[in-house]
Amino acid sequence: MHINNIADLELPDTVKKSHLRLKINLTANQRLCIATLLALCTCLLYLSYNVTASWEFTLQFRGKKLLTFLLVAIAISTATLLFQTLSNNRIITPAIIGFDSLYILIQTALLFLLGAMQYTLLNVYLKWALEISLLVLAASCLFQWLFVKKRHSLYLLILIGVVFGVLFHSLASLLMRMMNPAEFTLLEDSMFASFNAADPHLLLISTMLIGCIGVFVCKYHHQYDVLALGEAIAINLGINHRRLSRLTLIIIISLIGLSTSLVGPVTFFGLLVVNLAYIVSASHLHRHLIPMAICCAIITLVGSDVLLQHFLHYSVKLSIIIEFVGGIFFLVLILRNKIR
Amino acid sequence: MIQTQQLCLSYGSTEVLKNINLTFKPAGVTSIIGPNGAGKSSLLSLVCRLQQPTSGSVTLNRELLGQIKSSDLARKLAVLRQENHIVARLTVEDLVCFGRFPYHQGRPSVTDKAKIDSAIDFLDLQPLRLRYINELSGGQRQRAFIAMVLAQDTQYLFLDEPLNNLDMKHSVNIMQRLQQAAQVMHKSIIMVMHDINFAACYSDEIIAMKQGQIIYQDCPQMIMQSQVLEKIYDMPLKVVEIEGRPLCLYYR
Repeated sequence: MHINNIADLELPDTVKKSHLRLKINLTANQRLCIATLLALCTCLLYLSYNVTASWEFTLQFRGKKLLTFLLVAIAISTATLLFQTLSNNRIITPAIIGFDSLYILIQTALLFLLGAMQYTLLNVYLKWALEISLLVLAASCLFQWLFVKKRHSLYLLILIGVVFGVLFHSLASLLMRMMNPAEFTLLEDSMFASFNAADPHLLLISTMLIGCIGVFVCKYHHQYDVLALGEAIAINLGINHRRLSRLTLIIIISLIGLSTSLVGPVTFFGLLVVNLAYIVSASHLHRHLIPMAICCAIITLVGSDVLLQHFLHYSVKLSIIIEFVGGIFFLVLILRNKIR
Repeated sequence: MIQTQQLCLSYGSTEVLKNINLTFKPAGVTSIIGPNGAGKSSLLSLVCRLQQPTSGSVTLNRELLGQIKSSDLARKLAVLRQENHIVARLTVEDLVCFGRFPYHQGRPSVTDKAKIDSAIDFLDLQPLRLRYINELSGGQRQRAFIAMVLAQDTQYLFLDEPLNNLDMKHSVNIMQRLQQAAQVMHKSIIMVMHDINFAACYSDEIIAMKQGQIIYQDCPQMIMQSQVLEKIYDMPLKVVEIEGRPLCLYYR
């Protein structure tokens, strides 16, 4: 009885806050159902709103684009969530390691070495395989060194990521200055995320890869809940930390490489949806968090494309809007001190 | 029985632990004391596989720790470190439920729920049960973490300064309950302690460390002598006897 009174007295701020907060008493499962329904509605809206051409053509055209959206939504949200679980930090994304810059560098180098003609004629599979293997290779080296071999601090990881990012970026801009204007125009297209250009065969490979990863994550989702408690507690509770971190890193890298090669770099998007999922899901369990993050990602991506297509008539690029909103959301989170 | 053989740990050229040969008994309360930087917490981390030694080995019932499956080990040995920072938003109940993870792997059974309840009761956490960990005071949070490792129900329990952040009432309460757990349930509780009077009052055995080595391992009566304590802490100390118990005065 005494403890109860004392406990209330000690935390006037939180008590006040909880009064101000909207009283929504839904269980995590109910919230997830609502989010899934909303995501489904968004997808249906996307497929059926304002059809002017024949239905057959529209569904085929929009279906392909929708599949790209879904794959990217799943890949980015899962990768970011797992990365944050692994690093016990809610403001970093795998993109902080300089992934985007590396991607741009690879694109630029390819175009520079091959020339505009060869570049456009290059076999898509070959290009995809080359890009993804380079990305995965580079990131594995960095991650392996930073996470597994030596226990470096998170700040060092971010710092190294920033330094590498600048290095890759400078190398890319050096190459850009050396190429002719026609090649540069071609390059500009691949530097911003684009959801139109994905190849159907690549979509098939990506779907299969995501399916395999999905099976793994379903099997281990309880272990991720424990991993989120930090290394010492996870080991104490019987998690094989070394093995699980390594496997998880490989998953994260493959997912990021996959989505980057499909549509190009999307930096803030993962951060946005994962932090949204933490707030909305009201659960610490990955069996709620992962699907919730995926739903948030689908709603955001597909929803904003509907807006763009029918109301803004593609006057701006989707990726620009996402980065803009994501950036503002990130700032708000930091300023409100919601994430640590 | 947990034993260490020639356990060494060094960071670069700094030797933190030097040739530690120790045996932890399967029952009773053991306190590890010593000045700052003596290697107490490092020893605890090595014995509980949180860190790998530079050389030497640790065995549980004559089996190397590295050869026991991690999930099996979690049912025999639990450890709580000094600082525990959790990013996720958890209630006290959620946290204590994680203590049963080695048994339920994410799906708590009726037995697990009963154990969780009794651990929560054991540490007076019933009124705080649904409160979030990050909204608790330091002492309340410390009790929640102790409840988690108690729910783990292991033969060996290693605690790094369990009385950190606790007021007098809860310190005494927790020490009494830990002693009770050791005596009634025949558990072995090994703690790193700073307050030597608490250590002397509740331990069956005290291990004294200095500069990465074990200098004494004995019963509290033998350790609580001014010459012995002065040698451990390098300062003048006075031991008096009050109500038949040795008490060390170190305040001035």
